Amino acid sequence: MTTSATERTSVVLAINGSGGAGAITAGSMLLKAAARAGLYGLLTRAVGPQIRGGEAVAILRLATAPVECAADRCDLQIAIDWMNADRFAAELNLGPESLVIGDAAAEEVPEAIAESGARIEALPIAELAKSVKGGRPNMVALGIAAAAIGLPAEALEAEIVETLSSKGEAAIEASKAALAAGMEAASGIDFAAKLTPPDKKEKRWIISGNEAAGLGAIRGGVRFVAAYPITPATEILEWMSPALVKAGGSLVQAEDELASINMIIGASYGGVPALTATSGPGLALMLESVGLAIASEVPVVIVDVMRGGPSTGIPTKSEQSDLNMALNGCHGDAPHIVVAPTSVADCLFTTQWAVHLAEAMQVPTIVLSDQFLGQAKAVIDRPADVAFIANRKVETAPAEGYRRYAITADGVSPMTVPGIAGGQYTADGLEHNPRGTPSTAAGDHASQLDKRADKLTKFDYGQHWAEIDGDGPLAVITWGSSTAPAREAIEIARAQGIDVKLVALRLLAPSRPDAFAEALKGVERALVVEQTHSGQFLRHLRAEYDLPGEITHLCRPGPLNFRAQDVLAAIKEAK
Amino acid sequence: MDATPMSEALTPRDYKSDIKPVWCPGCGDYSVLGSITTALAELQLPPEDVAVVSGIGCSSRIPAYANTYGFHGVHGRSLALGTGLKVARPELTVIVASGDGDGFSIGGNHFLHACRRNIDLTYIVMDNRVYGMTKGQPSPTTEPDWAESALAPGGTGLRPFHPLVIALASGASFVARAFSGDLLGTAALIAEAIQHEGFSFVEILSPCVTFRPDEREWRKQVHPSPVEPTDDPARAARRIMTDDGFNTGILFSGERSAYAPARPEGPVVEPAYFEAEFAV
Repeated sequence: MTTSATERTSVVLAINGSGGAGAITAGSMLLKAAARAGLYGLLTRAVGPQIRGGEAVAILRLATAPVECAADRCDLQIAIDWMNADRFAAELNLGPESLVIGDAAAEEVPEAIAESGARIEALPIAELAKSVKGGRPNMVALGIAAAAIGLPAEALEAEIVETLSSKGEAAIEASKAALAAGMEAASGIDFAAKLTPPDKKEKRWIISGNEAAGLGAIRGGVRFVAAYPITPATEILEWMSPALVKAGGSLVQAEDELASINMIIGASYGGVPALTATSGPGLALMLESVGLAIASEVPVVIVDVMRGGPSTGIPTKSEQSDLNMALNGCHGDAPHIVVAPTSVADCLFTTQWAVHLAEAMQVPTIVLSDQFLGQAKAVIDRPADVAFIANRKVETAPAEGYRRYAITADGVSPMTVPGIAGGQYTADGLEHNPRGTPSTAAGDHASQLDKRADKLTKFDYGQHWAEIDGDGPLAVITWGSSTAPAREAIEIARAQGIDVKLVALRLLAPSRPDAFAEALKGVERALVVEQTHSGQFLRHLRAEYDLPGEITHLCRPGPLNFRAQDVLAAIKEAK
Repeated sequence: MDATPMSEALTPRDYKSDIKPVWCPGCGDYSVLGSITTALAELQLPPEDVAVVSGIGCSSRIPAYANTYGFHGVHGRSLALGTGLKVARPELTVIVASGDGDGFSIGGNHFLHACRRNIDLTYIVMDNRVYGMTKGQPSPTTEPDWAESALAPGGTGLRPFHPLVIALASGASFVARAFSGDLLGTAALIAEAIQHEGFSFVEILSPCVTFRPDEREWRKQVHPSPVEPTDDPARAARRIMTDDGFNTGILFSGERSAYAPARPEGPVVEPAYFEAEFAV
């Protein structure tokens, strides 16, 4: 493929195959090798509904600068075989510019792929694999992909040695030979996409949003987790379980989400910063006890990795439709914090910040991540160390007559924890007086409601409440995983001479009307972007903020994430 | 909430708060409160190192009446609250207080799994076979023909739940039955339960004289268990399933190891330690 190699800044490659073909393994190895070579990238994967095995596709977007969302189009698809490959057509978005390489011996190309207009070529993938003793087709596919983007064989070979170190020398040699065969075979195919890594090589990480959330939690000071497995949040727990032990904490696999939330409330009452991770159905079960944490002023962090809803919905796909529930799902007047990461890398910062906010204000904090952010693996610059850690106002030497829920200027009352003599109190979901004694008095109810609301509105959230970038008469207002395609679209628009401002909210509750008004100064029109069916985010904005008169709404449910072109088209319409 | 007088011996009074209970006159739960404070005094546990955790119901009001740390949570989830607290702060003595509705109906699943984990908690269930706080509906332990509730005219017709046997089947390592009318006997059982390493379950027959005046008769029916406690769960289960439901004492005490979260093999690491696995 060296004949007509053109310089590119971003290439999208997909490797698909049936269960056991190793498409995801090949994709992960390619991402790591590309990162070693100095490229950035994003790996997403899609699988069939089978519990184990079944068709799978690894979609890699490799680039010379950081990338945070799916690309508009797939440039090169390598099909180890065609089993149910048409299932992935919508995700891949093939077009006449795309190249699809299939196995020469395979049956006919699936209809959805043929109809895309993509150029289709055949290479003897299976035969080449067979020509090497112990060779596997996915390593041939890896070779083809490497050749396509101009990755040197050494980068891939190093990756093979690392990945297969436990399988022995023979397996390593076989994979290297299959890789070489793939690279060699690809040389005859015309594909114009060469990536040159940037010169400056910062320290890079490969991390998924779920892993980043786990690390952010530990950086923030979380040392207790209780949770129930649920797609697509489970990786947070699987990463945290051994990590917490090393950090001196612990994880309990609870019997259900009702137990998870109450276990973390118990642990945090004991003074240990605590977190649970779940998805929509789990959060729905937890909400009664989120109210308990609000009323008893016990800090906890709940990460909701959102998936398609309602009900069981689409467990393996992304959506932003838990927003209403996260904001308004509790009974009573129940102020709490809701934050959302704006990228895979930001899952670290936002979760760490969430721990800080929860602990500082003694309040439950919900982190709204989603399946895309959680399960995508990204090559990122090493995230900066931030100072946000759990810093709870603890009363270590309570005076006689200590009042746990004393009314204070900032609404936060110093709390004692078990073990502190003279600080005994009973935390309660019943309304109470400043001492904590249950009370039905109107005065106590009003003053405790005020206190719990005030402590959130009086807090200084700094500049982290939103990501604001650029200026212009048009603002794109968005949140969560819709931020990255919006950001990319805005860059394209700017290059085309259209001035657009980005306002991506990280803090969804409490609202910041003054900061929002400041951010929208001079803005005449807004484009609101969200991945829901009913427009939950726009309705929230309308309820809480003053919006410009002209609103364009890009609102679409999952499972497909927005692409930059979707947002760009809406920007042009709104302009 | 005076500071603990460390110099002299603590008395049951030192474990009582100054908050007046909401219970009806004659309620068995007053005596249970007395038994808990007596047991704590017997063990001389500093009040600040004890937490009493509960859910919702008459019995669940108990934490506020003790001068220990306390948590009055939501309905049915007291064992989960207590589990989180105990795992996070294993050095504390955690007592979970519940009733037959809170513990066996809405909180039934947590009961099974707390027994299964064998977590080192003491679970005290004040069983009065009725929902008292909502004014007299049948609970999981109510007799099938109890017909005094408008919610279940003619009775539920349902076989009562058998908590002691279910605790055994689920893996609890200490099972006892007590009667609230015997304050000191119950206190002794609670003290044994607190000292037991693992999940200790004490079912206390605690009459509701308001909605179940018939339970005043329990005083005449209860009697100490005629046999020594066993460490064989099958034998204990057979005894419990065939007795008259009124023999009190430790009915099972085994030696299964208590739930112990994994501890780090080496020194505790700083968060920066985890960066290596992500670095390219």
